[in-house]
This record gives sequence, structure tokens and C-alpha cells, in this order.
Amino acid sequence: MSLDDAYLEYPHRHYGMDHHRYDWSMLSTRQPVKWPEGKTLALWVNVSVQSFPLDQRGVPFKVPGGMTMPYPDLRHYSLRDYGNRVGIFRVLDAIDRFGIRPTFAVNTRLAERVPYLIGKLAARGDEILCHGYHMDALHYGGQDETEEAQLVERALTGLRAITGQPIRGWLSPAKNESANTPELLADNGVVYFCDWVNDDMPYRFRTSRGELTAMPLSTELDDQFVIQSNGHSEGSWVDQVCDACDLLLQEAEQHGGRILGLNIHPWLMGQPHRIGHLERAFEYISAQKGVWSAPAGEILDAWRGQQ
Amino acid sequence: MKEDPGFYDYWPYEGRPRIQWPNGARLALWVAPNLEFYELDPPDNPQRKPWPQPYPAIPGYSIRDYGNRVGHVRQMELLDKFGIRGSVSLSVALCDHHPEIIELGKERNWEFFSHGIYNTRYTYGLSEQQERAMIRDSMESIYTHTGQKCAGYLAPALSHSERTLDLFAEVGTELFGDEAGFYTCDLFHDDQPTPIYLRSGKRFVSIPYSLEMNDTIAYVVNKIEPRRYGQQIKDNFDRLYAEGAHSGTVMCIPTHNYQVSCPHRLRAFEDALEYITSHPDVWVTTGREIAEYFIENYYDVVSADIQARAKEGAR
Repeated sequence: MSLDDAYLEYPHRHYGMDHHRYDWSMLSTRQPVKWPEGKTLALWVNVSVQSFPLDQRGVPFKVPGGMTMPYPDLRHYSLRDYGNRVGIFRVLDAIDRFGIRPTFAVNTRLAERVPYLIGKLAARGDEILCHGYHMDALHYGGQDETEEAQLVERALTGLRAITGQPIRGWLSPAKNESANTPELLADNGVVYFCDWVNDDMPYRFRTSRGELTAMPLSTELDDQFVIQSNGHSEGSWVDQVCDACDLLLQEAEQHGGRILGLNIHPWLMGQPHRIGHLERAFEYISAQKGVWSAPAGEILDAWRGQQ
Repeated sequence: MKEDPGFYDYWPYEGRPRIQWPNGARLALWVAPNLEFYELDPPDNPQRKPWPQPYPAIPGYSIRDYGNRVGHVRQMELLDKFGIRGSVSLSVALCDHHPEIIELGKERNWEFFSHGIYNTRYTYGLSEQQERAMIRDSMESIYTHTGQKCAGYLAPALSHSERTLDLFAEVGTELFGDEAGFYTCDLFHDDQPTPIYLRSGKRFVSIPYSLEMNDTIAYVVNKIEPRRYGQQIKDNFDRLYAEGAHSGTVMCIPTHNYQVSCPHRLRAFEDALEYITSHPDVWVTTGREIAEYFIENYYDVVSADIQARAKEGAR
């Protein structure tokens, strides 16, 4: 039996996107952007500070990096916890040594459970963005809207209360969303989010309840993706980061400011055998004259001021 | 279902008649950028799910959109530097969604060939009539938007029926005679062009389109490091170039600009292209030009050799 003829009908086959979330736009045709102090490459080091519950539900999927063994999966629980106990302090040292101004993407549940660490991060004055409630609290297609609305509200209200920061940014666990997530973020005062990986620069994103800005945080260059999912060596990750830095700096000379977004996981790069590689990457990037290290919100504001 | 698709006879690599490319070149190089459109909310196909998650599958959709927003122009500027014209494997709906990209390809005198309507619409389950209509739509769209009579086919998302190549060739003939529908990139059995047997008897060839050199296979399936991909391209070239001294070979690099044109991967690709194009006896060309040259100069002699050797094999 063959398919219904509707399979060969294309209701969205027209100019622009096949949805209304954002306008079609090629990066090469946009007005060039300038970063402060004559810099050409904004460095956004995004440190994901995560909480993986032992009683993972895995709905609708097991989050990458989460529990994989039968309950109680002590190996993955404790290995992720390592990042928040030990790894993060190595990462912070590396950040400070190379004068990097990081952004911390924090699971609200971690802030509730480990006030010491969040107190330390908040006291630094660096920007904190909300990384959802915890890594098993996924946003997904088909999720009950009321349940998701409560989840978003709880995550943002909680993190604002604990950190005293306005919390303008959002990164969904696993960058997964439902069809309603952008609306719920707008409802809760989120200004920018980092789930869509379709650009190297920010762009305006529509919701039915106000506009968001999509910020470019590459998955393809993410330490977890490169080292854990792809199984590349740490040295290769450093090569990839340095090659990206070179290319974006070169492109910026002709086409205007660019952004290098690096998502870092302390449970991964904070291991004794990996931290040196993170330091090498930071050393290389921070030595480039055109690089401007800034928190995500500051990069966003600089970009917005020129639109 | 059949044990063998019946497109070609066994034809051993050793002892083949010698192929020489124009100006005595040993190796024909073509780069095939896939310019694709994936739908956010495609209809279900009973045999293949377009996305791993329920709507909206943002991780998969958004990285593919990166190719259109960022990657293609980045690669175009790179290919310009080496004088390489792309042979575009085109989701033809891109002509409607993003005509600006098509214009940039036209300005560069790139080839456009059919890769179906969307890369989220599969051939599986289509009747012969439906598949014919889909292929016809794709070839007509290419003609309308580029003025080109589509020569080649790469089935959308490599989804085929037993009749795919027959239908492509036949629709090409119906629309434009022998000027369209004469090569396929869907078969990976050889490093040289091969005549393909079709029910129409049309002179039709398979042009090597390497899955091994395909950036998406390298990065998404095999998950290799960018510099290793660059090295594989160089190694692939070295061997085909050496063998091309005896009989001309074809090297294809199929790309997807949501993969190879990411900032951390393009340098390795650039190094490889620089290496290849620094060699004197490389014919930097397009899929269509290879197919035309082969059909004009070698189709008959190669077909005769294949027939003769098939008979030997039968004895």
C-alpha cells in the first residue's frame, strides 16, 4: 500500500522558514557588529554547574551524562557530584588565571542543595543563568503545559531568590524544549536562551508572549559532546577550540564581530588529567589580541545596542 | 525484494581499459555540497522517523539550519579560493525557502542536481506514480530556479525504491531528452564511473560519490576528529592520484555545511583542499562534467569490456 498523496503536499514550501519563530537570515548579509574596546571576538565561557538526581526518571529520555545503570547508579551520581565538589574549583582557578569572565549555567536544584557553592559563585559577581531545575527535569514535546509552566517558574523563581541575581538567561537541560518552552520563558522574564544551535551570532526569536534573543552556544564544540560523545582526545578538543578561535577571528576582520561560545562541564574538564588541557585552551584564546571575554548577558547587550 | 539490484555486472578493478581525463589529468575531483532543507514538523513516514524526538526536535533541526544561515557562505568563500565549483545536491524546496543561497551558487556557475524536495520526505512507501511525480517536481524546480537541466540524482536522505534510478532517468528524458537525468550518486561500489542498466536502456552512469569522504559520515556516524578527517581526505587523494596514472579515477568530497563549515572543522578541510589542488594532474570539475565526459568518451569501450568480462566470468 502506498502513502497518502498528502505526503507529497508541502504546506510550508514558501519563502523563509517553515515556522514563525524567527526570520530567515544569512549571517553573511547582516550588519557587522563591533565589540567594546575594538575587540572582534567575544569569548563566552559557559560553565554548566549541574545536578543529576540519583532517582532519575528519564522522561522522555535519559539525559546524556545522566544515570545509565540500574538504581542506585552510584558511579554516575558520584562522578557528576565530583564536578561540584572538586572539579569546579580547578575550573575557577583556570578561569581566574587567564582573566576570563565566565557565565555559570546553574541547575536550580543544585543551588537549593549546595548553598555553599552557589554562594561562592554568586559572590564572584559573575553572571548566572538558569539551566533548568535539574538535569532530569526535561522539557519535551508532548509535555503537559501546566506541568512545564510550574517547572519553569520554580526553576527561575528559586534561582533568583537564592542568587539575588535577575537571571536573564536560560539553557534547557540537554537543550531540549517543548513547543511551549519559549512562551513559558518569556512569561517568566527570560531575555535570552541558548538552546537553538543554528547560528554563530544572536538573533531575535518570536514567542506569542514577547520576544526572546537566541544566543549561540555551540553543541558541536561542547566539551561533553567532543570528548564524551565523540570520544575525541582532550588534545583534539584543544585543537578544535583553537581552530575555531582562529577562524572566527579571521572571519571577524571582514564580516564584523563574532562569538566563541564554549560550554564547559566541571565534572569532565575538572578531572586532574583534563584540567591542563582546559588551561591550554584558555591560554591560547586569552593571548589573542582581538578577544573580549564577557558574560553572555553583556555580549547580548552589546549586540542589541547595535541592532 | 531482489538479491541484487541489477544495476551493473561485476567488473574487477584490475585490467580495465584506461581512462584519461581532459588534459591528461589522472584524477577528477568534485566537491558536492548538500544544500538541504529539513522540516521542523514533517509528516510521518511509516518506515523512517525524521527526528528522534517528538515535535519540536530542536537539536537536530537547529544544527541543520546552521548550514543554511552560516555554513554555505563560509564554504563558498573557501571553494572560491581554490577555484572549485560545487556540484550541489539540492533539496529543491530550498529554492522556495532560501533563494538567496541558490543565487550565490548560480553566480559561481555551480551545478545543481536533485536531492528530492526536502530531506525529511522519504521515498519509502511511495507508489511508482508518486515517486515519479516527486522526481519530476524536483527536476522542474531546478530548471525554473536555475535554468539547469538536472543531470544527477541523490535520493532524499538516501531513501530509495527499486525503481528510483529508472524513474529519474525517464523523467529526465521526458523533460529534456538526453540532456538531463543521466547520472546517479546513489551507488558506492566503485572509484570509477560505471554504466548503469536501466529498463529504458538510456545511457546512464554512476559517478563515485564517496560515503567514506562524506563529512556527515565522518563526523556524525564515525565521530572522528576534524584533523583526522582532513588526513583521510589527503590519504584518499594520494592513493587515487597514484592509481590515476594507470587509469583515471574519481574523487568526490560530499559535504554538509552544518558539519564541515563549523568554525572548529573548516581549517582541516581547507588544508586538505590546499593539498589536493597543489597537484598538477587534477581535473577540478563537477559531477555533470565527469558524467558527460565519460559517456562521450568511455561509455562504449567500458561497456564492451564489462560485457566481455561478464561472459568470461560466466564460462
